Amino acid sequence: MSEASKYLSQLQVGEGEQTFLDSNELIINMGPQHPATHGVLRVILKLDGEKVLGTECVIGYLHRGVEKIAENRTYTMFNPYVDRMDYVAAVSNGLGYCQAVERLLNIEAPPRANYIRVILTELNRISSHQLWLGTHALDIGAITPLFYTFRDREEILKIFEKYCGARLTTHAFRIGGCQYETYEGFERDVKSFCNFVAPKIEEYEELLTTNRIWVERTKGVGVLSAAGCKALGVTGPVLRASGVKWDIRKAQPYANYSEFDFEIPTRQSGDTYDRYMVRMAEMRQSLRIIRQAVERIPEGPIMAKVPKVIKPPPGEVYHSIEAPKGELGYFIVSDGSTQPYRLRVRPPSFVNLQALDLMVRGQLVADVIAVIGTLDIVLGEVDR
Amino acid sequence: MLTSITSYLHSNETPGAAGNMFWALLYILAIFLGLSIAVIAMNWLERKVLAHMQVRLGPMRVGPHGLLQPIADALKLLIKEDIMPAHADRLVFWMAPLITVLAAFTTFIVVPFGPTHAVTDMNIGILFMLGVSSLGVLGIVTAGWASNSHYPLIGSLRSSAQMVSYEVAMGLAVVSAVLMTSLHGTGVYGTGTTGSGTGTLSMIGIVKAQYDQQIWFAFKFFPLGLIAMFVFSVAMVAETNRAPFDLPEAESELTAGFHTEYSGFRWSLFFLAEYSAMIAVSSIAVTLWFGGWLRPFPNALTGATWDLLFSLFPGFSFLGLGALALLSAMRMPRHRMFKIQTIGLAGFGALLALIGLGLLVPPLRDRVQDIYWFVAKVAVFMYLYIWYRGTFPRYRFDQLMMVGWKILLPTALAALIATAVVGVF
Repeated sequence: MSEASKYLSQLQVGEGEQTFLDSNELIINMGPQHPATHGVLRVILKLDGEKVLGTECVIGYLHRGVEKIAENRTYTMFNPYVDRMDYVAAVSNGLGYCQAVERLLNIEAPPRANYIRVILTELNRISSHQLWLGTHALDIGAITPLFYTFRDREEILKIFEKYCGARLTTHAFRIGGCQYETYEGFERDVKSFCNFVAPKIEEYEELLTTNRIWVERTKGVGVLSAAGCKALGVTGPVLRASGVKWDIRKAQPYANYSEFDFEIPTRQSGDTYDRYMVRMAEMRQSLRIIRQAVERIPEGPIMAKVPKVIKPPPGEVYHSIEAPKGELGYFIVSDGSTQPYRLRVRPPSFVNLQALDLMVRGQLVADVIAVIGTLDIVLGEVDR
Repeated sequence: MLTSITSYLHSNETPGAAGNMFWALLYILAIFLGLSIAVIAMNWLERKVLAHMQVRLGPMRVGPHGLLQPIADALKLLIKEDIMPAHADRLVFWMAPLITVLAAFTTFIVVPFGPTHAVTDMNIGILFMLGVSSLGVLGIVTAGWASNSHYPLIGSLRSSAQMVSYEVAMGLAVVSAVLMTSLHGTGVYGTGTTGSGTGTLSMIGIVKAQYDQQIWFAFKFFPLGLIAMFVFSVAMVAETNRAPFDLPEAESELTAGFHTEYSGFRWSLFFLAEYSAMIAVSSIAVTLWFGGWLRPFPNALTGATWDLLFSLFPGFSFLGLGALALLSAMRMPRHRMFKIQTIGLAGFGALLALIGLGLLVPPLRDRVQDIYWFVAKVAVFMYLYIWYRGTFPRYRFDQLMMVGWKILLPTALAALIATAVVGVF
């Protein structure tokens, strides 16, 4: 990205610079306190009128040193911390971490635990997408979908709460399986949720999909080509909206995803509208997986045989899962002690955020907001 | 003095036209008071209606069903610290909200609530209205400039561009309504009436023309009147910076747009101005296309029975609202914590019912009819404003300009030419 660095150097001296119209370019600070940056993201915008000449992201306002904390905690003690990264998809974070450590220990979670994991993770994917949809629509000016999605997301959180007592930072899984057996009526709750939310997804689509203003605001906005995605390491729905059929649940199946019948929704043009459509389709696919999993959930233990003190043999592992926002990877180096020697997280939000500048350059201020929304970032995960 | 006051009572003119300053002042006070109450009511209604569209309850705590919430908010705004940014242009910063409020309120001088219920009847009424209401943009531009801050500046620039472009389409739509006051047409489009034949710009004259021609201008020369009305009602939303054209104060983009740096009383002036402007442009739409103060079917359904029936509407509307409030009071939880709220709601319902009963008394019944129908029609437009806000995403700046210049303007122009052609032949 030589062009980017050229631009950044301009940004430093850019104040008072003259364009051919002899007018000053405007540099504005969007965030860290701003209603539409989804947390504490700070974007420095260089504007020519309404046109965006370039952006620079300033991150780190929510940095808590999660990776460093890992080095000072045992494997078990670190487990709740991962929930605090992508706090709207805490279950996925937990799943990735637990499975990474399980691979280090060379143990396998029992089948029943895997089913519970899949159900909860897919529920979490739906809730994450619902939250994304509400806030994204709010950014574009449609205030009503937010309340619809939050109303329905509540049902998922209720299931989480009944299962493990927490709604957001669930800490649902343990290394080797699940801590809790499903509660009485879990299957019934999940099934009735599936029946409840399927028509609701149609309801969201009714408000937006064919809405003329919504289509105009999203079609052709923030286009990211497949090549651009690959160059920047962008994953998740953003990648799939550009036409690349890449989903880790299918490509490198983990848990027991290979047992389920589902599709990877893709779209071709890679604009904001396509990303919206991909995520809407993903919610339906998640429902499909949940329905199958609830039907087939076997009896049996929920915990594998895990030693009391988790002391993985020296070595390293990289395990990645398909989080709602993209590829969530954990790279753990073990030195044989009870604490990781080094733990590195590959957060999808952080990697996807890189694409912001590429996507908005030359477009209008309003598109920056739309693109930040469509990238579906969570600053807790970007900054860690 | 006393004779001049009483002599006006039998006049057929507005106080301004009759030159009666006392009554003119009284009308101004009444309109000012009515407008303030309308803004307060609108505030409550918007929050409630929007809330119910969005599966939530809206204000529920201050007063029964949050009825006192707008008053509490107004009090809060009044006692807030008055902050002025350090580098603001003090005089301009101070003036900007005043300009906006003044422009929004002044327009109501010519709004006809009835054949004589206007402060004055200008022969250029509609022109005055458009001119003064477009002064409001001056306040917004100066507010953005004086704040000396980026977001307000961008907001005010957007606002000025937006208002200027939509005024063109709006003006053209208004012209086609004005044309309709004098053109009757023949053949298919002939209204079958011969009015005075001379056009008028007077707000009262336009409504009277609709009475004489026995048709609301929205339906005249079908579908030309409807098209012009449609163009106007889109342009008026843009003109008042409301969703989906609320770019100047696009919360997600520009925090709060031109009034980012304003707080407390000054901010509340902007708020007041915005809602007054909404009522003002809705009044124009009602006057031009929906027969102003005329009751439905004033020519077709005549006779003593119909007159009586329609004159009962105001009273029964208030009685209905009162009954609704009383019903809600009865459905309040029977707990001592809700005691005051229940009593308050019952009292409010009783007050509304009492007003309703009062409006059923013959002399009053006929006096308020015109005002009632006018306000009811404006209320429909105000409801539409809330509905838009609950439904539509926001346009982007270039799309907004495209809609204004490439869709609304040609449509309005075509409708205008077609109206002229159809009206003559």
